[in-house]
Amino acid sequence: MAFALGNVYAAEELSLLTWSGYAPQNLVDKFQKETGITVKVTNSNNEEMIAKLRATRGAGFDLAQPSQDRISSVQEKYNLYQPIDYSKIQSDLMIDSMLEAVKKSTMVADKAYAVPFCWGTSGLVVNRKFAPNASDYADILNAMYAGRISYRLKRPTLIALAFSMGENPFAKYSDAMAYKALMEKVGEAMIAGKPFVKNYWTNGDALLESMRSGEVHVAMAWDNGGWKLHAENPNIDFVAPRSGALGWIDTFAIPSKAENVDAAYKWINFMMQPENAAVFTNAEKYGTASAGSGQFLDAEIKGNFERCFPMKAIANIKWYPPVPAKLEEIEGLILDKVKAAK
Amino acid sequence: MQIDLSVQNVTKRFDEFVAVDHVSFEVPDGQFFSILGPSGCGKTTLLRMIAGLTEPTEGEIEIRGQSMLGIAPNKRPVNLIFQHLALFPMMNVGENIAFGLKRRAESKSAIREKVDVILERVDLAGFGAKKIDQLSGGQKQRVAIARCLVLEPAVLLLDEPLGALDLKLREQMKVELKLLQAKVGTTFVYITHDQSEALVMSDHVAVMNKGVFEQIDSPKNLYNSPQTPFVAQFVGDNNAWSGRIRQCDQDAADVETSEGNVFRTKLREPLQSGDEVDLFLRPEAMLIQPDPSLAELNRFEVIVKDILFDGANSRLLAHPLDADTELLIALPQTRQFDYIRKHDKIEIGWDQKSGICFARS
Amino acid sequence: MKKQKRWGLYFFLTPVLLWLFLLIVLPHIDLLIMSFRSETIDGKAIWSPANYLNFFEEPIYWLTFVRTAVYSILVTFLTFVIALPLAFYITKVVAPRFQGFLLVLLLLPFWVSELVRVYGWMILLRESGVINHFMIKLGFLNQPVEMLYRDSTMILGLVYTSMLFMVVPIVSVLESLDNSLIEAAYDLGANMWTILFKIVIPHATPGIVSGSIVVFMLTLGNYLTPNLMGGKNSLWFTEQIYNQFIASFNWNQGSAFGFLLLVLSSLVVWLGLKLTKQNLRKVVQ
Ligand SMILES: Nc1ncnc2c1ncn2[C@@H]1O[C@H](COP(=O)(O)OP(=O)(O)OP(=O)(O)O)[C@@H](O)[C@H]1O
Ligand SMILES: [Mg+2]
Repeated sequence: MAFALGNVYAAEELSLLTWSGYAPQNLVDKFQKETGITVKVTNSNNEEMIAKLRATRGAGFDLAQPSQDRISSVQEKYNLYQPIDYSKIQSDLMIDSMLEAVKKSTMVADKAYAVPFCWGTSGLVVNRKFAPNASDYADILNAMYAGRISYRLKRPTLIALAFSMGENPFAKYSDAMAYKALMEKVGEAMIAGKPFVKNYWTNGDALLESMRSGEVHVAMAWDNGGWKLHAENPNIDFVAPRSGALGWIDTFAIPSKAENVDAAYKWINFMMQPENAAVFTNAEKYGTASAGSGQFLDAEIKGNFERCFPMKAIANIKWYPPVPAKLEEIEGLILDKVKAAK
Repeated sequence: MQIDLSVQNVTKRFDEFVAVDHVSFEVPDGQFFSILGPSGCGKTTLLRMIAGLTEPTEGEIEIRGQSMLGIAPNKRPVNLIFQHLALFPMMNVGENIAFGLKRRAESKSAIREKVDVILERVDLAGFGAKKIDQLSGGQKQRVAIARCLVLEPAVLLLDEPLGALDLKLREQMKVELKLLQAKVGTTFVYITHDQSEALVMSDHVAVMNKGVFEQIDSPKNLYNSPQTPFVAQFVGDNNAWSGRIRQCDQDAADVETSEGNVFRTKLREPLQSGDEVDLFLRPEAMLIQPDPSLAELNRFEVIVKDILFDGANSRLLAHPLDADTELLIALPQTRQFDYIRKHDKIEIGWDQKSGICFARS
Repeated sequence: MKKQKRWGLYFFLTPVLLWLFLLIVLPHIDLLIMSFRSETIDGKAIWSPANYLNFFEEPIYWLTFVRTAVYSILVTFLTFVIALPLAFYITKVVAPRFQGFLLVLLLLPFWVSELVRVYGWMILLRESGVINHFMIKLGFLNQPVEMLYRDSTMILGLVYTSMLFMVVPIVSVLESLDNSLIEAAYDLGANMWTILFKIVIPHATPGIVSGSIVVFMLTLGNYLTPNLMGGKNSLWFTEQIYNQFIASFNWNQGSAFGFLLLVLSSLVVWLGLKLTKQNLRKVVQ
């Protein structure tokens, strides 16, 4: 039956659930030329990806791109993905250590569920002209920048602030009570700092616009946003915070009821080709797991990494470990309280 | 006698169109004054200016000697009964009547008493709690009147209040309204396009045409001596001929009609021979088969086209021998003329004093 | 004969009932069941009213609901206060040939999606926005002020979004209001306020009530406008439902909140009808 239906459509299709910018149009076109497969892109974020797949119990998409720390717990609970057949991946194209790390962190019952795609960090994006001294997450609660601060009401902010308080939230992942106590402390600090916030951003482009127009001077955001702005205005740049940038890896994972698994593997291998990965990096300014893409990168991109990530800063990156279930509920309540506070 | 309402040279223009054109009149205290005119002649516009709902372009309106210039409708001592009554459907009968009193901040008990008294007066005692849509047409009528009368206005303005009623009820209300006015003694200014309403009820009637008052007079004078061709035709039925003066004296003339008959008629104003005229004659001025001994009569022959039986108001519809001008001839129900049939040829006679003659303008 | 009629009735009623059942009742049953499920610490699913109790025990939840409801009532009231004169102007003051034009003008913003409309407001009101720019150019301000992210801005946005749903029903009832009733009241000694409260509003009540119910419900269920225009203090109850479903993965809690929203908002509407002595049947007519 599925076979018959599949053949009704002349053109093969890959339904991709991903982040905005992760499937640039020129690569989608190139992929179609090479394989004849059309890519249907749906933009989303971690939370909505999980909610969408959960609602359909893993159907409707052939390939998803969740962050590596958000896979194992939902996999255990809702069985949203299918194990990756690593023999179908051209692992010689990839940075070995990254592939191994992702395999390890998405392991559920001896099977691994993801392949790394790209990585980046969250840290501060600062307008040096107005905030020359902003250097750590604590500065997003700093009265000195009152009315000029913006960040997301999402879990990375909680975790970042916990680090800047000298704590290690990742170490408390396994102890829900201790984690809750820590989050409450962070929540109180956020409520105390609330009067200084201009807004809690929800849309990356809107944040960039606020920084560009000078309405916001200090923000917690992704490194690539800072770099995009730096290219327009040298005063604005990404800053790896003293207590460590938060490193994340976004992956490829195949939903359990994917219809076109072959196409999914084809897309993964296609994106890992050095020149394709470089096209993505040059546009979005995120590094990828593709080993040989360095030679295809623009000078500006290399400059970004050299400027913001000296060896010491790279060593200091805090990589997200997998999130155990239930932590999101604890964080959700804290975030609601912050939002509701005066 | 006190003058309740005085209107001097009032004009209303809507852009280029003149709806009311230099109208002047006065209404003494306690009079029933009617304005009679065809639809669209400007009656409502005039009344609305008196009530204050429309601003006059020119002219003066005084009520009991007070100029109404710049005084808002809610401050004027007049009340208006609307063409479609405009009772408030969201209130019951009692609340409708109390509406104006409440605006004057009278005490609750005074209001209740006044409402009861006025309801009694319009024969609606005990109707206070009824809803408006539970009333008959005539009852609504009376509520509308009571709602205004209870305020004891200097002048009550009525805009064709009987227009929406059926014929029978209208006949009955005519009489009731006249009696009520006599009882309460309030000055009424009543507008209508129905001449019988105006004639039956009024002390004085103004006939209005195209924004102008043609004649202000008692009903009887209007009927018997109209001052303009329009009044002659509009008030009561009239037969009309157009003709030319053959020969004339001081107060009478021989008029040759367009059909070739020559009639002798009295003149209202001096005219000269050769003048074009319009000649009017009431149906009841025409005598059927007059006695040959009456020498003074104008006589001519007509053919009966139809017999319009309408009780005391029965008519013959006829036309002269060699023309199709329609003539209305009163047919007295004395059985004397029972022999007349359709297509009969009969002789008609009329007294020269009955003719009404106007120079054609 | 009678039997035949019944058949006809069933014939036409069945698809309607089926439709109602499939599209409205069934999903709600699913939600209802979910809202009574919760998990024990070791991950076992059990039946429990915990999700509902949570709402009442955690002040932030019910306070957010109260806040949302109070603001929705305020928005409804403000919308009414603006819509009534507007509708009156359109139906009674303006020349008839401009009426259609004005109504279309009112409708025009609704051709674009709510998101675009809200962004439009944000472009106007933000610190580096159009209004600030002109205020400074014209010398009314020395430095830009942030007009976004305040409760008042959020209310402005909500009122703007709701306006049409209040104006249209009021226009349609006012159209049936005979002008001579207003003139009669004026003639009988009433001033503007008396006319408004004794004639216009009583006549327009069915339209006002149905408009108010729609505006209240739409405002209560709005997500975009409070979130984008209200900014940091704008926690709206729908956002909490969203957070439960999306951010906390707690569908059970989210369903319970969804049901509470349904029940509590119906309660508010019912109370409103009682307080203004209206009944729904009259309004629906
Ligand atoms: N607001 C207005 N604007 C323009 N013309 C108007 C206006 N009101 C009335 N008119 C015109 O003035 C003339 C007189 O209108 P009015 O309502 O006074 O007539 P009426 O004598 O009361 O007629 P009816 O017996 O049919 O009620 C009409 O030709 C009408 O078209
Ligand atoms: Mg009229």
